Amino acid sequence: MSTGAWFVIGAVVLALAFGAYRARTDGHVRRTPPSAPSAERPASVLAGTPWEQDLGERATLLQFSSAFCAPCRTTRAVLSDVAATTDGVRHVEVDAEQHLDVVRRLGILRTPTTLVLDRHGVEIGRAAGAARRDQVVAALAAVPESA
Amino acid sequence: MSQLEQIDPRGPQFTAGITAVVLAAVLLTAPDPLAVGILAAQAVLFAWGAFAGVQHTPLAWVFRTLVRPRLEAPSELEDAAPPRFAQGVGLGFAVVGLIGFATGLDALGFVAVGLALVAALLNAVFRFCLGCEMYLILKRLTAPKTLTTS
Repeated sequence: MSTGAWFVIGAVVLALAFGAYRARTDGHVRRTPPSAPSAERPASVLAGTPWEQDLGERATLLQFSSAFCAPCRTTRAVLSDVAATTDGVRHVEVDAEQHLDVVRRLGILRTPTTLVLDRHGVEIGRAAGAARRDQVVAALAAVPESA
Repeated sequence: MSQLEQIDPRGPQFTAGITAVVLAAVLLTAPDPLAVGILAAQAVLFAWGAFAGVQHTPLAWVFRTLVRPRLEAPSELEDAAPPRFAQGVGLGFAVVGLIGFATGLDALGFVAVGLALVAALLNAVFRFCLGCEMYLILKRLTAPKTLTTS
């Protein structure tokens, strides 16, 4: 087979593999490992930001969006609906472009990215790509109530 | 140009499908002069989309006239800017590919066109938009570090 044919096959395999990977991981909430038990509770992710006081009583769904981002609209709809129908949960949406300092500090690479925060504003999980309702609800159920 | 122009996302997807076939043809005929000719034509199409906007290209016209009338209305629209940026990225890869094949650096040509083919396939099959994905990363890299808002 010609070199070119190998490249076509390689490109197809790469595209299918990456596409399938994204289809599986988009919207999947990855649990953030808790800090060591002996350490002090980490500061709120929103400390020092304009949304410092916007934490929900139980949890906060922190969404990073940017312009020209269709999945961000879908995510906004899902998260605001969950927040509206779940006690103690708030939805905070941040324009990533306008707050690059926060974006860099939190290691946000894509929009939309959703961070699930506990009542102290500590990150307990995050999901990149369009949010999935079942994933968000499951993550909220796992938010620790105490401490 | 309005920054909030909304387009049917299946338009760029259709164009990406045609682009994928064209780029595969380039790879299969490279490094023959025929491949260089096809790649040059594709580069012109990329440039057309990047500078005039994706809705104003010949393939967009084909989509509007021949394909879309056979489809149901789209479930949602998307902004025209990210696909346009993606065309610019495609143009970059095509130019590098042309330089590679024209100067005898065939490996460079194969890799550049191969990567462009991956991007076109991701768009055509998964409606994955490379431009949209790179947008924030580029912003992070190019904005001044001293920019603080809180």
